Amino acid sequence: MEQVLKVQNLGMSFGGLRALDAVDLDVGSNEIVALIGPNGAGKTTFFNCITGIYTPTEGDVLISVKGKDKPKRINGLKPNKVTEEGLARTFQNIRLFPGMTVLENVMIGRHCRMRSGVVGAVLRGKSTIREERAAVEYSYGILEKIGLDPFVNEFAKNLPYGAQRRLEIARAMATEPFLLLLDEPAAGMNPNETKELDELIKRIRDEEGISILLIEHDMKLVMSLSDRIFVVDYGRKIAEGTPEEIRNNPAVINAYLGDEADA
Amino acid sequence: MITFGQIKKAVLVSIWFMFLTFPIMVIRVNPVEHIVEWRWKNMLLVGVGSFILSFVWHYFIRRKELGAQKAELGEWAEAIPLAQRIRSKKTLYKPALVAAGIFALAFPFIFSLYQTNIMASALIYVMLGLGLNIVVGLAGLLDLGYVAFYAVGAYAYALLNYHFGLSFWMVLPIGAALGATFGILLGFPVLRLRGDYLAIVTLGFGEIIRIILENWNEFSFGPSGIANIPRPSLFGIDLSVHNATIYIYYIMIGLCLLTIFVVNRLQDSRIGRAWIALREDETACQAMGIDKTKTKLTAFALGAMWAGMSGVVFAAKTTFVNPASFTIWESIIILCIVVLGGMGSILGVIAGALVLILMPEYLRALSEFRMLAFGILLVVMMVFRPGGLIPNVRRTYKFEGVANDEKS
Repeated sequence: MEQVLKVQNLGMSFGGLRALDAVDLDVGSNEIVALIGPNGAGKTTFFNCITGIYTPTEGDVLISVKGKDKPKRINGLKPNKVTEEGLARTFQNIRLFPGMTVLENVMIGRHCRMRSGVVGAVLRGKSTIREERAAVEYSYGILEKIGLDPFVNEFAKNLPYGAQRRLEIARAMATEPFLLLLDEPAAGMNPNETKELDELIKRIRDEEGISILLIEHDMKLVMSLSDRIFVVDYGRKIAEGTPEEIRNNPAVINAYLGDEADA
Repeated sequence: MITFGQIKKAVLVSIWFMFLTFPIMVIRVNPVEHIVEWRWKNMLLVGVGSFILSFVWHYFIRRKELGAQKAELGEWAEAIPLAQRIRSKKTLYKPALVAAGIFALAFPFIFSLYQTNIMASALIYVMLGLGLNIVVGLAGLLDLGYVAFYAVGAYAYALLNYHFGLSFWMVLPIGAALGATFGILLGFPVLRLRGDYLAIVTLGFGEIIRIILENWNEFSFGPSGIANIPRPSLFGIDLSVHNATIYIYYIMIGLCLLTIFVVNRLQDSRIGRAWIALREDETACQAMGIDKTKTKLTAFALGAMWAGMSGVVFAAKTTFVNPASFTIWESIIILCIVVLGGMGSILGVIAGALVLILMPEYLRALSEFRMLAFGILLVVMMVFRPGGLIPNVRRTYKFEGVANDEKS
């Protein structure tokens, strides 16, 4: 299987604190990969390193760009450049633009795929109008797919919680990513919403051909969704494998439930 | 509904106020006749006044809370302000616009020269407000040194005219360019800052410009300023003071229309959305592929540009500039215009500028209480209408099968 993301030997230190240590991870095309681990294990730090919010102190983040043989190294790039390369993320604590409408939120995702500048905006020439209309249509299309089209003109802050989570996914999808990074997408959702999310993520993978890397605590969701699972604890990778393998892995059970000797 | 509890509350407030103001309002020592005057009438006034005020205040607070509760329950949509209602109805909006336009054009012929002059000043503030609105209202970058760009524009005209004899119309675009350049100059060091830190640095920047102008005598003629700046000429013809004032009024109308046009187009564009996203959440904005640096710098540059231009008009209008016109107080007034009018709302900023600049002019009789009225106005506004006089409305789109958008 072709790999779209390959992370090698990733390390991140904050002063003396070693948040990540030699983590390897890879995501294949059309694959759903989960990253799990106890609280404070370094999962979100890992996301931040990949998406450019932090610059990792060691290691490589490589993406394979379509049409090119050589993978591209993206660590150290600014977050907006990483997004332009085709990695889009959502946040653990929802970070929408509350004072903008749902459609505008998604249109922000289109920003890096649009070109018009200040002069174009003021003169509002043909190409600007065309680009703007295309962005509106594209964004609306995504909202329809995600099932948020009834809310199109609502303020993002007025949406119900589950819808806000889905809007974050919609916004990320508008950037035309090849890999979607979801940071605890099911946090705070009720079982029904979680089930819908499960279907939505699978649909994104199947219909859009977007690979997915997600952090999640809801084990039922993780087991049902993932093709492969990576487990981290104290900044180190302690296991990787299929859901079945992870379920029976003693190191993982220890990390979550504690060593029997400790008990 | 007036309940006993509410009356009790108001009575308590009025007693408290009578007690607080007792030493200054009631007792007066008369040192000439060596007696103490007891002005009980004042106490009565304070008591009744604070009783009524507190009652009214609580009444409105309750109304507001009730409204919020109802809106939350979905029983009652949030009350739509009048201005918004006019805007949303095409049949009302167009005639209102035409009427406002005719009024603006006919203004110098209806009212005296004095009024026209005041209106021209107010229009300068409209332009300044709209410029700052880009930085503060749209991009959410709290800029307390905005007056610096105004000063740059004013001194650009004064100095370029003094040394090279450049005319108003030649300096106007130069002033805009210089304003934008200074905007970028300020923008670079503050790229990493936000919130309070940004406010303090911009405040410092504004003061630096003023202090340079005050102390660099060889360059700016120091505190004595530059006098005899020519008024704008009409196709090379010098106008009388009377006509020049009217002319400047029309120039300002034109420039304000230009500003409104540009800001309006910008805020519904790719750039405008990026500014708003930056205001709403910087981290998320960058993670969605928006270049933070570029977006901030364009906001600073495009905001400062208008201040540069209005500075040129200001110099031409007063024919005299000195650093005393560009104090921190001016920055604060402009900021108040934006906040009071409604952050990010063009109509709001226009209304805010007219209220804040014209009100003191027409209330000259009460000039001692000007600051008091100003303060009360701000407090009341922020409690009851935190969105400003005319809050910003985001563009909505209609979709019927095929996506075709329509401005509501």
